[in-house]
Amino acid sequence: MSAEVHGTQKFDATKRTQIVFSASAMALVQKLISNYPKGKEKSALIPVLHIAQAEFGGWLSPEVMDYVASVLQIKPVEVFEVASFYTMFHLKPVGKCVLEVCQTSSCWLNGAEDIVHYIEKKLGIKVGETTPDGMFTLKVAECLGSCGTAPMLQCGASYHENLTYTKVDQILEQYASEGRPRYYTDLDYTNTL
Amino acid sequence: MATTLLLKHIAVPGIKSLDVYRNMGGYASVEKALRTLTPNQVTEEVKKSGLRGRGGAGFPTGMKWGFLAKPEGVPRYLVCNADESEPGTFKDRYLMEHIPHALIEGMITSSYALGARKSYIYIRGEYFYVSRILQHAIDEAYAAGWLGENILGSGFSHDCYVQVGAGAYICGEETALLESLEGKRGNPRIKPPFPAVAGLWGCPTVVNNVETIAAVCPIITMGGEAYSKIGIGKSTGTKLISASGHINKPGVYEIELGLPVEEFIFSDAYCGGIRNGRKLKAVVAGGSSVPILPAELILKTAQGEPRLMSYESLAEGGFQTGTMLGSGGFIVMDDQTSIVKNLLTFARFYHHESCGQCSPCREGTGWMEKLISKFLSGTAHESDVDLLWDIQSKIEGKTICPLGEAAAWPVAAAIRHFKSEFLELARNKSYVEINHYKRLQPVS
Ligand SMILES: Cc1cc2nc3c(=O)[nH]c(=O)nc-3n(C[C@H](O)[C@H](O)[C@H](O)COP(=O)(O)O)c2cc1C
Ligand code: FES
Repeated sequence: MSAEVHGTQKFDATKRTQIVFSASAMALVQKLISNYPKGKEKSALIPVLHIAQAEFGGWLSPEVMDYVASVLQIKPVEVFEVASFYTMFHLKPVGKCVLEVCQTSSCWLNGAEDIVHYIEKKLGIKVGETTPDGMFTLKVAECLGSCGTAPMLQCGASYHENLTYTKVDQILEQYASEGRPRYYTDLDYTNTL
Repeated sequence: MATTLLLKHIAVPGIKSLDVYRNMGGYASVEKALRTLTPNQVTEEVKKSGLRGRGGAGFPTGMKWGFLAKPEGVPRYLVCNADESEPGTFKDRYLMEHIPHALIEGMITSSYALGARKSYIYIRGEYFYVSRILQHAIDEAYAAGWLGENILGSGFSHDCYVQVGAGAYICGEETALLESLEGKRGNPRIKPPFPAVAGLWGCPTVVNNVETIAAVCPIITMGGEAYSKIGIGKSTGTKLISASGHINKPGVYEIELGLPVEEFIFSDAYCGGIRNGRKLKAVVAGGSSVPILPAELILKTAQGEPRLMSYESLAEGGFQTGTMLGSGGFIVMDDQTSIVKNLLTFARFYHHESCGQCSPCREGTGWMEKLISKFLSGTAHESDVDLLWDIQSKIEGKTICPLGEAAAWPVAAAIRHFKSEFLELARNKSYVEINHYKRLQPVS
């Protein structure tokens, strides 16, 4: 949709009432904005995008980005250029649980590729794909600061470390039954991101 | 008994909480600084201590603080670099996760020295749960009067905030970090001006690593002079080392600088030797950016002196036969490791993480990744080693920030020390991926 919206038009909140932060999310956004000096509200953009991604289905659609722009009173393009720069923001729909397996040196030395192959076989998908039921997306990631507990994967806000095939089985089962990972916003809403 | 300063109380139950941290002597540096020292005296102590930046570059911290511009009426900022994305490095996470108040205390004492009314901790987005731990510690510190207005009745007021990033190695580079903190893409700025003059929102700013800021606490508490006696020569104090790879005991170790590398790798007090009785092949001693060294050169310098864990000793011999302490990301490889494949994981990383501003880095990292993968897929020619050398040599010094060098150095070092491995792969087209997972199961 958004070619013209990304130009000069302002986001019109009345037309897309479904994209509105919940009251608790909005309170957190306001608190975040207050962390910065007056006139520097844009600094809250990255944390606010994390909240938006958790609130609106795990990815950032053009409509969601426009909404974030309207909340921070910046141009939609300022949101898009940031959202498209950082790996943690998904600009296309993803599965409910995105499994990100670290593939860098220390993890590779400890069998990360074998873990990836194991998950591929188990879920019947390749890296970059999503299971037909929309539950899992498999991705590879670069060093997540968990090299001493390699191999590892991240899902939502959780680190799963010292992976074994058995541990992978348990993790997948747990997510399949819980339906979604823990998001950043689950950890505690009263505090800052 | 080895000296520990930062992790001294790591095993104390509840050390995460303010009460226990305080009972173990925590916040003494804030008390001492605010009650008995002027801001300049705090900076002087840090200068005397010889502390060098723990984020990778090893720049003297006191000197950096001394460069901070102090124009009238303009706010100054302290920004903590908790982006920690250099492959092989996980010590900042460990410290923040287990002793968060060590960082908060350091932020307050350092901010007092710098005259910063506000400070920000920029933490990589993936460490989200750690940002929550920090925020909790900050809340505790406010409640106890260590943060906020008029701390200890000294007239000094301070606010500290945590901000999460969203996955970008380049945001560890200090000017890219400032861009990101301002809500922008993490594109490094052209220097000068340096952050000390025009940093966050154009104001004078000091950017320091987590471990650097935490080290300010023992320095002020014990005095810069006493701190400078720990360690060896110009490598004063202790350093957190993140140890990973094929060792028996991966993890974070606090070492006194000057510890022999051999002891660090093989002693049970540290890495505990190579797993499954295998032999040491190579080490990346300071995070993915620093040159890899083969076993004989990491254990002993080219002159046959024992190599020590210090800035000077690791660098002994320059890049020909030495390396760097860097961030302290210590990756150990056993004798079955393919150096070329390991290099590919680094090359892929830098290609993925290049911000794309400068063409030598943006294009060069991609070319290097492609070329290295040719050796592994059996499509490389012997002459490709020279081509790879040529590409890496054309990146260094031609980019806005040092990510270009960081990408080129590991490639150069792998060719310098392990050229035969490249040539053999080109000749025999023989690469077979081994199943590391199976091979690392303990032999019973
Ligand atoms: C590409 C790149 C990535 C970096 N990543 C980090 C990092 O993750 N953490 C860090 O403390 N310093 C990092 N640095 C170094 C910082 O630019 C800066 O030198 C450091 O934060 C200064 O703090 P220190 O003097 O306390 O070490 C990086 C530098 C470059 C060029
Ligand atoms: S290499 Fe995988 S977490 Fe660092």
